[in-house]
Amino acid sequence: MTATASRAPRARPRPGRGVSPPGVARPGIGWAVPATLFFVLFALVPLVLVAVLSFTTWSGLGSPRFAGLGNWTKLFHDPVMIKSLWLSLLLTALGVAVQTPLSLLLGVWAAGPQRNRAVLSAVFFVPLLLSATAVSVLWRALLDPNFGVPAQARWLFGDGNLLGSRTGAIGVLVLVSTWQFTPLHALIYQGAARAVPTVLYQAAAIDGAGTVRQFFHVTLPQLRNAIITSVILMVVGGLTTFDTVLILTQGGPGTDTTITAFYMYQKAFKGFDFGAGAAIALLLVLVATLVSLVVVRVSGYDKMAGTKDGLS
Amino acid sequence: MRRTPNYLAGAGVFVWLCLVGLPLYVLLGATVQSRAEYTAGGPLSFPRTFSLSNYTEDFSNGFGRYFLNTVIVTTSVVVIVLLLVPPLAFSIVRHRGRSGPRVFRLFLLGLAIPAQAVIVPMFYVISKAGLYDNLIGVILPTAAFCLPVCALILTGAMRDITDELFEAMAIDGADTRRVFFQLVVPLSKGGISTIVVFSALQAWNGFLFPLVLTQSENTKVLTLGLYNFQTQYGINIPGLLAAVVLSTVPVLLVYLFARRALVQGLMGVGGK
Repeated sequence: MTATASRAPRARPRPGRGVSPPGVARPGIGWAVPATLFFVLFALVPLVLVAVLSFTTWSGLGSPRFAGLGNWTKLFHDPVMIKSLWLSLLLTALGVAVQTPLSLLLGVWAAGPQRNRAVLSAVFFVPLLLSATAVSVLWRALLDPNFGVPAQARWLFGDGNLLGSRTGAIGVLVLVSTWQFTPLHALIYQGAARAVPTVLYQAAAIDGAGTVRQFFHVTLPQLRNAIITSVILMVVGGLTTFDTVLILTQGGPGTDTTITAFYMYQKAFKGFDFGAGAAIALLLVLVATLVSLVVVRVSGYDKMAGTKDGLS
Repeated sequence: MRRTPNYLAGAGVFVWLCLVGLPLYVLLGATVQSRAEYTAGGPLSFPRTFSLSNYTEDFSNGFGRYFLNTVIVTTSVVVIVLLLVPPLAFSIVRHRGRSGPRVFRLFLLGLAIPAQAVIVPMFYVISKAGLYDNLIGVILPTAAFCLPVCALILTGAMRDITDELFEAMAIDGADTRRVFFQLVVPLSKGGISTIVVFSALQAWNGFLFPLVLTQSENTKVLTLGLYNFQTQYGINIPGLLAAVVLSTVPVLLVYLFARRALVQGLMGVGGK
């Protein structure tokens, strides 16, 4: 995706400077073969197979049978499927809207000169270390309607069953992914903010710009590429969230948090309709790619390939 | 960089620190209390007693087995990554010709493939290969999905080796293999430790592949164990949270000792 667009040119081996004898210490492409074969076999072949399987019916036993467009027509008439797509997009959009400003501020702060920065950023990273499973189990325990925090603060949470209502469940999912992933995005911004040339701030300071104006007129424009990278990661990550939903809400209440990735799992591995599962999986990839492309296009990232990489 | 500390930002960061810290405090606090004490006091109360019985109870409930399985999966994934990625990155960086960039683009394409996209065919392939409910069936796809990011990280590190060093080796008459083992590998140690830490973290925290590719108690990994504990334990929250802590302790230890490599690895997720 973007990564391909922005980095492919760098992949070209440096032109020989004319000094080094030709062919010396130049590995053949054979060195790349084992890894490439392994990767093709376990990532690219399945990606092709998912397209093939989406036109079959397969219950997990025996062999898949060709079914034409059956899975696809059924999916487009399936209200749960359509609802799940909107829900995935909604959760992703909410995630981007909440996490981007938060991680921008944290990242830019962490790139600054404060002495306590190292200690604080050490604590920030702990959520990133925990598996999505551990994070979800922890939050579910925290939000338990009988023994959790809401039970102790009924004045704030009503009956305390946050996961029992649509709004509550969606809110919890946004909260938990923010808790888990904000540090990662802050880290991206921290790296990018450190790379902003000091001269720019000095020039801005001479022009009389205060901290806030420096942030909006120097830092933010310089972080543009970092913002786009981070947003795309959030989009792909958001659309493919799975563990969190499985553990926190099981897609409920009803189908109110049945996002597409979870619906695919349900169809394939609970309903033993692997053909439909494959179709949903393919749709998921297409939507994620499409949304990422839109982000790239709208932001003009593709036209900036030649400018300074904000992420070095 | 701004020269004066920004107190407003500092305050905001402090709020965020509480948001991060509070759940972690509850996590540790709850696990050293008895179940009755936790139920009475709630998650935010300070523990009055201290006991590790929640942890020992987890181990008697099969957590040892899950732990061992996770160690097996993680070690194997790291070994595969170590065997495959350094030669791959060496070839991408130093190979003259068109194949190098092409291979690299292939792996960059892989960065965009989510595991969910391939899980149905993966189930098909793994069952046909007779590897369903076998740890090998979890190890292979997990390792494959570590390759793109690891390739990205390590090619970045290997590009920093200067041409002059290669020339010096060439004058010494070193063949490609010697150049690889005596120049490239030692000089990209930083990148290599980053990919080790990164792939270990991925394998340790992996959930989707074990969930759909294994079934029996003997092949369960920690994350799946946690998931099952949650449904089985129901209201034994201290026991459940102790299991969360147990599943995370090795990661935290790695974090303490290899913080640099880990942070670099995670920055790699965001594109170097």
